[in-house]
Amino acid sequence: MNTDLDCLGLLCPLPVIKLAKLLPTIEVGGTVTVLADDPAAATDIPAWCRLRGQELVSAEAPRFVVRRLS
Amino acid sequence: MSERAYLDAASAEALHPAAREMLLSAVDSGWADPVRLHHEGRTARLLLDNARAVLADAVGVRPDELFLTTSGTAAVHAALTAITAARRRSGTAVVHSAVEHSAVLHTAGADGVEVRVDPAGRVDLDAFTSAVRSPGVAVAALQSANHEVGTRQPIEAAAEACGDVPLFVDAAASIGHDAVPGGWSALAASAHKWGGPAGVGLLAVRKGTRIAPAWPMDEREDGLSPGFPDVPNTLAAAAALQARQAEAAGLNKQHRAWIDELRQRVAAGIPDVEVVGDPDDRLPHILTFSCLYVDGEALVTAIDVEGFSVSSGSACTSSTLRPSHVLAAMGVLTHGNVRVSLGRDTTYDDIDRFASVLPGIVQRIRAEIGL
Repeated sequence: MNTDLDCLGLLCPLPVIKLAKLLPTIEVGGTVTVLADDPAAATDIPAWCRLRGQELVSAEAPRFVVRRLS
Repeated sequence: MSERAYLDAASAEALHPAAREMLLSAVDSGWADPVRLHHEGRTARLLLDNARAVLADAVGVRPDELFLTTSGTAAVHAALTAITAARRRSGTAVVHSAVEHSAVLHTAGADGVEVRVDPAGRVDLDAFTSAVRSPGVAVAALQSANHEVGTRQPIEAAAEACGDVPLFVDAAASIGHDAVPGGWSALAASAHKWGGPAGVGLLAVRKGTRIAPAWPMDEREDGLSPGFPDVPNTLAAAAALQARQAEAAGLNKQHRAWIDELRQRVAAGIPDVEVVGDPDDRLPHILTFSCLYVDGEALVTAIDVEGFSVSSGSACTSSTLRPSHVLAAMGVLTHGNVRVSLGRDTTYDDIDRFASVLPGIVQRIRAEIGL
């Protein structure tokens, strides 16, 4: 199950905040596809996944796919 | 209302008292043109020679290997373009780490070959070695230590890897604060980073390093820095560095211990914080960390209101709205970023108060966005 999260035009840390707020509503194993075109998102979304122990499935700016692991 | 604490020494330090004293006397004695043969000119020349000898000694070169420029950035530009021009027949590539100062990146431009760094910000030595040994390399550039996160670079090993390729070291973050290893062909530094005045840069070029200035040359500084020299400010820069080096052992030990304590208190006192840079093999006076979900501009502003001056590598705090290329290359969080850097006037009380108020500031900003 995938959920889209449109953060186009939003500046960091907003995309990461939205992702963090959305994740608890996603089932474990489900994915979120984040669209974020702020240059900082290319570093901050992967860094968020590492810090929060979630899986970064793919990162091809502006599209980032994150899987909820816990 | 408590006093302000200036914790941004890595951007600029206030003029060292020794530099101020020297500057005030040198504006009256060293204003003439040092290339003229009259009494006033010879006096200015003598003062300039003295300053050059002090600065050369401080970076470990002979006085005739030390050139004065109008800034650290001008020294970087001059070194890289003059070495590259002299080595045109060998190649045009400028190999550099991904975390060099923007002055290096701007000079390298399309000829730049970027070498990745690890998560601590240290250059990948294997990748660096293979890049400098590829055909077509004019020069390699590696900073002595990173100006944003404090991590030292492996200068000696890099110099060995370079072989015949000249190694240029941007030592602006280190000189006056930390020892810089040898082995390089050219080195640049900037006086305002050690308590000297702005507008004075150093460029050390070891004998045997071929240079060909690629701009209109005059008789000043072997053509490396055209235009009338600022003798009084050069003297002030030398006085500051000499005084700073006399204080170095005590200050560095103190700064190292205070940064260690701050590092530990930030990590323990704030949830979801990423402290970045090497914890041990680093400059003594710099600490950098990023707070998850926090806007960097809001954080720096709130910290300023509490009486502390810090800088940030977050995109929202830069004029370009792009995050720090250093943090991005390390792959660490770029938002909510703070760099603390200690100067000679910093006290333990400053550090202690900062560590005490910071968790509350971060918590307040997070509460405003519902986190």
